[in-house]
Amino acid sequence: MSTLIELPVETYKGPVDPDWCPGCGDFGVLKALQMASGKLGIAPKDMLIVSGIGCSSNLPGFIHSYGIHSLHGRSIPVATGAHLANTDLHVVVTGGDGDGYGIGLGHLLHAMRRNLNMTYLVMDNQIYGLTTGQASPTTGLGQKTKSTPIGNFENPLNPLALAITSGATFVARGFSGEQKQLSDLIAKAIAHKGFSLVDIFSPCVTYNKVNTYPWFKERVYKLEETDFTTNDFHASLTKAFEWGDKIPLGVLYEVDHPIYEDSDPVLSQGPLVKQKLGLDKKLFTELLQELV
Amino acid sequence: MQEITVGIAGAAGDGLDKSGDTLARSSGRMGLHVYAYNSYQSIIRGGHIWLKVRIGNEKVYNHGDNLNVLIALNQDSLERHSLEVNDGGVVIFNSDKFKHDSALQKKSVFSLGLPMAQITKDTVAKYGPLQPIMQNTIALGAVMYLCSLGVEEAKAVLMDTFAHKDQKIVDLNISLLNDGYAYAKSQTKPIMSQWNINAELKKSMLPFITGNEAIALGAVASGCKFYSAYPMTPASTILHWMASHAKQVGVAVKQCEDELSVINMAIGAGIGGVRSMCATAGGGFALMTEAIGMAGIMEVPVVCVEVQRGGPSTGLPTKTEQADLFQVYGASQGEFPKLIVAPTTVSDAYDATVEAFHMADKYQLPALIISDLLLSEHPETVEASKFNMDVKIDRGELVTSWNESMGKYKRYKFTDSGVSPRALPGTANTLYVSPSDDHDEESILISDMYTTPATRKKIMEKRMRKMDNLLKDLTPPKLEGPDDADVTLLCWGSTYGVVKESLELLNKVGIKANLLCIKYIVPFHVKEVMEILNKAKKKYSVEVNFTSQMARFVRSETGIAMDGHINRYDGEPIEPTFIVTKVKGLLTNKPNNTHLTEAEAMDMAYHYLRTHGLESMRPVKFSHESTNGHNEPTWLVEFADKKTGDATAKLKLGAFTGSNHEFVKL
Repeated sequence: MSTLIELPVETYKGPVDPDWCPGCGDFGVLKALQMASGKLGIAPKDMLIVSGIGCSSNLPGFIHSYGIHSLHGRSIPVATGAHLANTDLHVVVTGGDGDGYGIGLGHLLHAMRRNLNMTYLVMDNQIYGLTTGQASPTTGLGQKTKSTPIGNFENPLNPLALAITSGATFVARGFSGEQKQLSDLIAKAIAHKGFSLVDIFSPCVTYNKVNTYPWFKERVYKLEETDFTTNDFHASLTKAFEWGDKIPLGVLYEVDHPIYEDSDPVLSQGPLVKQKLGLDKKLFTELLQELV
Repeated sequence: MQEITVGIAGAAGDGLDKSGDTLARSSGRMGLHVYAYNSYQSIIRGGHIWLKVRIGNEKVYNHGDNLNVLIALNQDSLERHSLEVNDGGVVIFNSDKFKHDSALQKKSVFSLGLPMAQITKDTVAKYGPLQPIMQNTIALGAVMYLCSLGVEEAKAVLMDTFAHKDQKIVDLNISLLNDGYAYAKSQTKPIMSQWNINAELKKSMLPFITGNEAIALGAVASGCKFYSAYPMTPASTILHWMASHAKQVGVAVKQCEDELSVINMAIGAGIGGVRSMCATAGGGFALMTEAIGMAGIMEVPVVCVEVQRGGPSTGLPTKTEQADLFQVYGASQGEFPKLIVAPTTVSDAYDATVEAFHMADKYQLPALIISDLLLSEHPETVEASKFNMDVKIDRGELVTSWNESMGKYKRYKFTDSGVSPRALPGTANTLYVSPSDDHDEESILISDMYTTPATRKKIMEKRMRKMDNLLKDLTPPKLEGPDDADVTLLCWGSTYGVVKESLELLNKVGIKANLLCIKYIVPFHVKEVMEILNKAKKKYSVEVNFTSQMARFVRSETGIAMDGHINRYDGEPIEPTFIVTKVKGLLTNKPNNTHLTEAEAMDMAYHYLRTHGLESMRPVKFSHESTNGHNEPTWLVEFADKKTGDATAKLKLGAFTGSNHEFVKL
């Protein structure tokens, strides 16, 4: 990043316009991602955006870069494979709370404990939008949805606490309504060496009538405007549980730990995609000789 | 062909696999071929393990029906397997610890009890007390003598095996080997006086290799750079080989949290631009199926190995079966191009893997390899020359550079061949999204806002066109054996080896037979298979499953039905005489009798004793009883105390259902 040349946001304009509902929080996230990429000067050809399935997972189609629009819940393993194949790419995973914290949660936990050098942006709208409004893993208690007509009685999951305890080395929360801060957070997340998770409040204007823009605006505050430090595990964990009248935005946790790629004897030799293929005759014979 | 089969029976943890390995490698180094089969259980210690090592002076294709030498490592094994030893054979056991009743073996079988303390007196004086596991090496020494294999090669193998250990351990083992050899020599003659060793084989290197090792080797020889897996028998040994050779061969190995992750990572790596592979058993593959279709629609090269074991569900984790054909065939929703190949032998597993990587890249599709536990886990000697060491790696139609003057790059360009030149992420001016939704040439989704039936029709046709050319690249199946046979046996996978051997046996009993082995399942050589089957007289399928899946598949593709089916589904692989007996039965229209045989009744009787804490007894007499209030004839099994021989109990097993109707202690 030393010879950083910023690129204009238009560099990343996708081939088609997003088909999200007017007012959807995801527009702001897309824009913030484009701003962050420009700020870091990442050439579109060197960026790979990987998503699962859901409204927010349509994002790779709306940005000028390489992309994989994979299966529901499987964005993390697909991204891991692509990243390990070519560690020269900047891999950013995007998706929603259902995709990442529901069907794909198992993969997320393991990606975090591996501390893979990837970024995960979760557009958390606390609802299943694409399937027209069922409860998600982050839907609040008591909230009525199509699948919880008497009110949700399952505790919502705390993605930030989960990330901090699972081994993620950069954990942040953004809000689609705070675009400048969000683009800064995304840029920091991409620049971070290790697994970075940014949970982003991205209101669903169609199916979530509780967690709306005004609802968040009344409650959120910025951690960088306080004296909060980001490298204390226990303080960060406590902060991750702050919810209700006041909800923190910003970097909650940031530490420098060894990444998976540096410990693997083969990956540490450089990107797999650029390595030599096959076996020479001498090595082949040695491998057979072991079995004689 | 000259041949000898050695059986080693004992409990898990007795170390009998090591003894079998030493015997096999020693034989291989002498220029003899070996095929070994380990009938083991999903247990780390205890349980019953039964390893058969068949040695021949020509290539052996299965573990066969014979047993010439038995090494019994515990009392139970001695009792259960002694009767299986052929006339003129030998039973070896530790006579200090176990008692052998000569009534439990054929008359002409020699009982070689090894008085371990006496035999090893000098060795113990020199090296100190022995560990129980060392009795194996003494027994192995005896086997080397009985089979006229000499002791030198075994010594050399032991030296290699223990090379990383203290010289004292090497010397001790060699001393024990000599003790066993000398004692056997003092007691009896070898069961075969001399081997006629093929001079060519003597010169060539004969690695003793499993199907899984061949698959792993084929993968890295093809340039596989990424291997992902979740531990699951019988696919795990691919993971073990890859992990232990990762640095040496340059493959990144990723153990994942589940099989969903395994296949999705492999596909991600494929998109990222490297050759990637994963492997699992039927249960793991069930989790992978959705992603297989994703590789199909995204047109990603990826190789996935499904090693079948006894199913359904957790089923028989350590037993063999061929019952996942339809699962692999039907994997994933929707229709998409794919390759499904079922290798037949260890060297074919290597070739099939190399070919799978090639075709996956050439046609940008998932290549699925169906193996089975027997093929994947059994080791056999293969002449080193059978492995193509000079694999040509062709990554298919790749776009490595593009500029604007060439127009817009279209990842899914509609072409005559159906193959659209592929650019890897990181290439300039060729940006695209790999989409799991259907899409147009430029990879823009046609599933949501821009729905277009005409585009969907054209991209389906483009993708499916790849199958026509792929079929042309694959070698059509051929009939093996005489053209004018009376019986044609249809088989697939590891069953090929045993069917091949059964042709000779059938010929000996006056039944002229040939075989048709199906290797390529998708795409399928409809025309060629129809031509062969239309000319065949009696057509029987031979499969290790209950419902004759390959026979049904062939019927669905060709409209040609088999005249009969030969099936085994007890978890064990088929032996040649099993096929001969069944073919004879089918030819004479004998109904398929599923009644309990005496051997099966014995198996169930032992199972009852072992699961009810009654191991002081053993079954001594089996007789038929007609219906006696149980609505079916029964086997009456009489038990006696192992030590005193006194009658202890009776068990009645339904001859049809196998139900345990009565157990009475006397």
